[in-house]
Order: sequence, then C-alpha cells, then structure tokens
Amino acid sequence: MSGSGDVVGVILILIGAAISLISAIGNVRLPDVYTRSHAASKSSTLGVLCTLVGTLLYFVISDGYFSIRLILGIVFVFLTAPVAAHVICRAAYRHQVPLAEGTAQDELKDYYMENENIDNKNTDNKANLIEKEVKLQVTE
Amino acid sequence: MKPNDVILRSVTRVAAVIILTFSIYLFMNGHHHPGGGFIGGLSTASAIVLLYLSFGIEKVRENIRTDFKKLAAIGVLIAIGTGTASVLFGKPFLTQTFGHVDLPIFGDTELASALIFDTGVALAVIGTAVNIILSISEDR
Repeated sequence: MSGSGDVVGVILILIGAAISLISAIGNVRLPDVYTRSHAASKSSTLGVLCTLVGTLLYFVISDGYFSIRLILGIVFVFLTAPVAAHVICRAAYRHQVPLAEGTAQDELKDYYMENENIDNKNTDNKANLIEKEVKLQVTE
Repeated sequence: MKPNDVILRSVTRVAAVIILTFSIYLFMNGHHHPGGGFIGGLSTASAIVLLYLSFGIEKVRENIRTDFKKLAAIGVLIAIGTGTASVLFGKPFLTQTFGHVDLPIFGDTELASALIFDTGVALAVIGTAVNIILSISEDR
C-alpha cells in the first residue's frame, strides 16, 4: 500500500519542482515587471500547489492521515498568490514603470491619463523636486 | 481620489477569516502539537495587520474597538495571575495542573491550566505586535 503513495507523491512533487524551475527561469529571462510577474505568479503557484497536493496524497495513501492544514495551505496559496501579483503589478504601473520594448498597445494608459491625472501630476512634481534637490546638492 | 482596490479587499475578507481560524487552531493545539500562545498570537496579529493594510487604519479602528496597549497589559496580568493562583493552593510559583472535564459538546476533555497562561502570552503578543505596527505607521 505504501508503494503507490510513494509513486503518487514522487510524481506530483517532481512536477511541482519542475514547474517552479520553469517559473524561476521565466523570472530571469523575461524583459519587464509585468511579464516577470506573469511568470512568477502563475507557474510558481501551480508548482506550490502540485507539491502540496503530492504531500497530501502521500500522507493520505501511505499513512492514512488526512491533513487539514495542507488543504488550508492549498486554498490559501491558490487564493492569495495571484492577488499579490496583481497588487505588485498595480503598484508598478502607478509608479510608471516602463513596459517592455515592442509593446503593441497599452489600454490602461488612456484611462489613467483621464481619471488619475492629478495623481500622476503630483508624482511627477515630486520626482522633479527630488531631481532638483539632487542637482543642488551636486552643484554645492 | 477614491482607491478602487476591490480585489485586494474582497480577498482580504476571506483570507482574514482563514488566518484567524488557523491561529485559533494553533493556539488550542499547543499542548500536544506544534503551536501555542506565541505563534497563535503572532498569526492573529498578522491577520489584523492584513486588515489594516487593505482597509486603512481608521476604518479598522472603528470596528475593532480594542486598545492594544491595554490588551498587552491584560495578557501579562493573566500570565502572572496563573502563577500566583498556584501559590494560593500551596504549590510553588507557576505550577500547572490538569484535569478531565465533561464538556457538553466535546465530551471528555483534558483541560490544563497552562492554557490560561498561554492565553496571557497570546494576548501580550497580539497587543505588542499590533502596537508596534500602529506606532510605526502613525509617524507622519
């Protein structure tokens, strides 16, 4: 009975590790914040989920022990990791982190220029002030 | 400007419930499994900090009307109180006892007086952690 648990656990955890490796490679290779967050959130979430499900099934099949904590962890990671990526991307866009070269269209740009003009101007002013201060310090 | 972080808020509503449930689980399991007052208190504090992050400090303060400084003080008082209670029974300071009690739903339950000490520790940890976060964040 413990043999099948070993097999299921090994396969799922190996798949999870491979997907996490792909996610890490994507983090290194992709050009800008948004595509990197695309690689980091989706595939690493799937990798963690595969690893956790493999652990859960291993303990269920080989020991007969059903871990509620692992179920809770699976639900929690599945729920929060995409939201974390969303919040990071949003913060990056609001601080006008540039998109990758060769981006065809930016549909959010018009919306932000219309609705959050004041906010953008404020951040621009702040950036200009900081630059001026830096220049002053340099000249002094 | 009205922030439209609907995704963060609605996920926080679910995630805070999960974190609070898990922290109570950790707190109650401390006698026989990994867990206890310290980690239970810290995870409760992390749920409260998550609420602060997504809903803003003022709104959470309106809904959780707790003075966290007083909460920390009450926790330390409870911890000292369990110690002095054992002195009153003629045992050395901080001696713990346990007994089997028939509770209505749970049946035969083993209740230890160390749980009350753990409650004190958890309250002190919640109070201290949230108080640190609040005093850092209000510095403007």
